Amino acid sequence: MANVMNVHSSVPTDAGSRHPVAIAGLNHWFGEGEARKQVIFDVNMRIEGGSLTILMGPSGSGKTTLLTLAGCLRDVQEGSVKMFGQELYGASERELVANRRRMGFIFQAHNLHESLTATQNVMMGLEVHGRDDRGRYLEASHHLLGLMGLGDRFDYLPSNLSGGQKQRVAVARALVGNPDIVFADEPTAALDKDSGGRVIRMLKRLGAERGTTTVMVTHDNRILELADRVVTLEDGRVVDDSAH
Amino acid sequence: MTNALARVLGRLPIGWLQLVHSKTRLAAAVAGVAFANVLVFVQLGIFGALSETILVTYELFDADILISANDANTFLEGSNVARQRTYQALTVPGIAAALPVYTALTEWTQDDGNTSSLQVIGIDPGAARFLRQDLRERIPELAILNTALLDVNTRGVDAELMDTVKSGRSIDFELNGRTITIRGAVSFGGGFTADGYLFVSDQTFLRIFQKRISGAPDHILLKATAGAGVAAIVDQLNLIFPRDNLRVRTLERAAQEDLAYQTTERPIGLIFGFGVVIGVIVGIVIVYQVLSTDVADHMREYATFKAIGYRQRFFLGIVLEEAVILALFGFAPGISISWFIYGVLGQKSGLPLEMSVATATMVLIGTILACTFSGGIATRRLASADPADLF
Ligand SMILES: Nc1ncnc2c1ncn2[C@@H]1O[C@H](COP(=O)(O)OP(=O)(O)OP(=O)(O)O)[C@@H](O)[C@H]1O
Ligand SMILES: [Mg+2]
Repeated sequence: MANVMNVHSSVPTDAGSRHPVAIAGLNHWFGEGEARKQVIFDVNMRIEGGSLTILMGPSGSGKTTLLTLAGCLRDVQEGSVKMFGQELYGASERELVANRRRMGFIFQAHNLHESLTATQNVMMGLEVHGRDDRGRYLEASHHLLGLMGLGDRFDYLPSNLSGGQKQRVAVARALVGNPDIVFADEPTAALDKDSGGRVIRMLKRLGAERGTTTVMVTHDNRILELADRVVTLEDGRVVDDSAH
Repeated sequence: MTNALARVLGRLPIGWLQLVHSKTRLAAAVAGVAFANVLVFVQLGIFGALSETILVTYELFDADILISANDANTFLEGSNVARQRTYQALTVPGIAAALPVYTALTEWTQDDGNTSSLQVIGIDPGAARFLRQDLRERIPELAILNTALLDVNTRGVDAELMDTVKSGRSIDFELNGRTITIRGAVSFGGGFTADGYLFVSDQTFLRIFQKRISGAPDHILLKATAGAGVAAIVDQLNLIFPRDNLRVRTLERAAQEDLAYQTTERPIGLIFGFGVVIGVIVGIVIVYQVLSTDVADHMREYATFKAIGYRQRFFLGIVLEEAVILALFGFAPGISISWFIYGVLGQKSGLPLEMSVATATMVLIGTILACTFSGGIATRRLASADPADLF
C-alpha cells in the first residue's frame, strides 16, 4: 500500500500506547430532566493497536453511542475515554478536531457530497490535512478508488453511482488519509456480498500493513470470522467480550 | 474554472461546485444580484445626473463670488438681492467687477402643444466675461431686445424645430405673452430643475417677467482682481452686509451647498438615496435566502466534513466563496443591463447619465461586501450541523 498517503507522519504516535483507545468507567445519558435516560453503563475496554474489533448487540443497545463517544463526535459526560493516550473528557473542541483528523469514519449512509465527483469526495479526506501538492492528493485518491474497484468511475457524481459504489467511495474517503483508527457503523449494510467483502479485506490489510485499528459495528456474521475481537453490548453494558 | 479556483483557494472549490450543481439556484441568485445591481446603478445614475445638473447652472458662469439672499438654497429659489449691493460690493478692494443676475422659471408652449419648462437667465449683454468661455461669443447679440439663446439640450422640443434653431435661423415664439426671437442655440448642458435654459438680456428678462423689477436681481456675481485673496474678500463682504438676509460665498461653495441641500434635504434627493438603500437590501435578502437554503440543503455533507475534522473556518470559507462568486456573476449582467438603461434613459430624459469607473468600482465592492455579509449571516445555521447525528 505504498501509495496510500502518510499525511500525518509528523504527528507523534504516543510512545508505548499499545491501546489507541482506552475506555474506563464510561457512563452516558441522553435527554434532560424527566426524560434523562442512561444508555451507557460503566463500560471499560481497551482496544489493541492494529486490531479489528467488532461491536455487536441488539438495536438500541448503545453501539452507535459508544462509537461516537470514542470517535470524538460526542462529549464524554462521565468516565474516561483516552485516544492515543490523550483524555477526551473535558477536551477542547480544538483537541477533538485534531483527534478526528487521525480517524476515518464510515457511516451507514454514504454521506457523499452530491456536487463532488467520486475523486473529489475522496480528496476531501486528504485536504483536511492542509494544503499540499494537489497532484499527490489526486494520485492517492485515484489509487484508493482503484483498490475499491472504482477505477473507471473517477469522475462520476454520486447520483450516477449505485448504492454499493457510493459506499465504496465513502470507504475510500475514510481510508485515503491513512488514519490511525477507523470507526465504522454498519458499513456493509448497504453493500452486496462482493463489495462488503472487499471493504473488509481492505480494512484488514490496512491493519496488517500500517497498524490501523478498526472498530466496527456490524450484524454481518461473515465479518465475525475476520475479527480479532467481538464485544457484545446489551442495554448499554458489555455482556460479552471475546477474542477470536 | 474549477481548477483555477482550486489553485487560488488551495482546496477543492466546494462552493463553486455546489453552485453549479444546482443551476436553478445559481440562476436565481445571479438574477437577484443583477437586479439589485441594476436598481442601485439606475438610482446612482440619476442621483449623479441630478448632482451634475445642479452644478451645471453654476458652471455657466465665470466668477469668483456669489451674493444671494439668505433663503436662496438653490439658484432658483429664495428672495431677491437689492441691486445697490452691487455698488456696495464694488467699494471693497480686490473686486474688479459685479453683475446682477436675474433668473426665473417659465413654461414654453410650442405650436404642437408640447410644453417645456425653461429656466430663463437674464444678464447685461455687455458682461459676457462673466460667462463661461465658450458662451461669451454670442451674448452680445442679446443686446437686441426680445432675443434669446436656447439650450440645445432642452427636452420636449420638436426635433425639426430644434434643427432649425441649430442651423442658426431665427425663430419667433411666444413666452408669457411676448414674442421672443431665438437667435441661435447654445449648449449649456441640460438641466434638472427645468427642461432647458434660455439666455436673454436683463432688459428682455424684465419684459418677459413683468412683475420683476430691475432693482431686485436674484444674485450678484463678483469677479476679483487677479491675485486678490477671494476668501478674505468674502469675509470682508460678510462684515459689510447684514448677515441675517444675505449670504456671500465663493461661487464654488455656493454650488456645493446647493448640491448638498438638494440631495439631502429635498424629497427628490431623499427618494434616490432611499432607492439605493432598497436596492442594497433587496440584494442582501435574496443572496441571504439563496445561501441559507444552500447551507440547509448541505447540512449532512457539512456534518460529514466536521466528522472528518474540518473546522468552522472551512465552512465559512465555502459560504464566502459562494457569496463572492454570486457577487461577481451577478455584477456582470447587472452592469451591462444598467449600461443599456443609462443609454435609453439618458436619451429619453436628456439627463447626463454616465457609467463612471468610480461608480462601477464602488458598486462592485459594495456588491461583494453585501454578498459577504449575507453569507456571514447564512453560516449561523452551520452550528447545528452535528456529526453525531450522522450515525
Ligand atoms: N440523540 C439521541 N437522543 C436521545 N436518545 C438517543 C439518541 N441517540 C440514541 N438514543 C437512545 O440511546 C440508546 C442507544 O442508541 P444507539 O443508537 O447507540 O443504539 P444502537 O446499538 O446503535 O442501535 P441500532 O442497532 O439500532 O443502531 C437507544 O435507546 C436510543 O433510543
Ligand atoms: Mg446504531
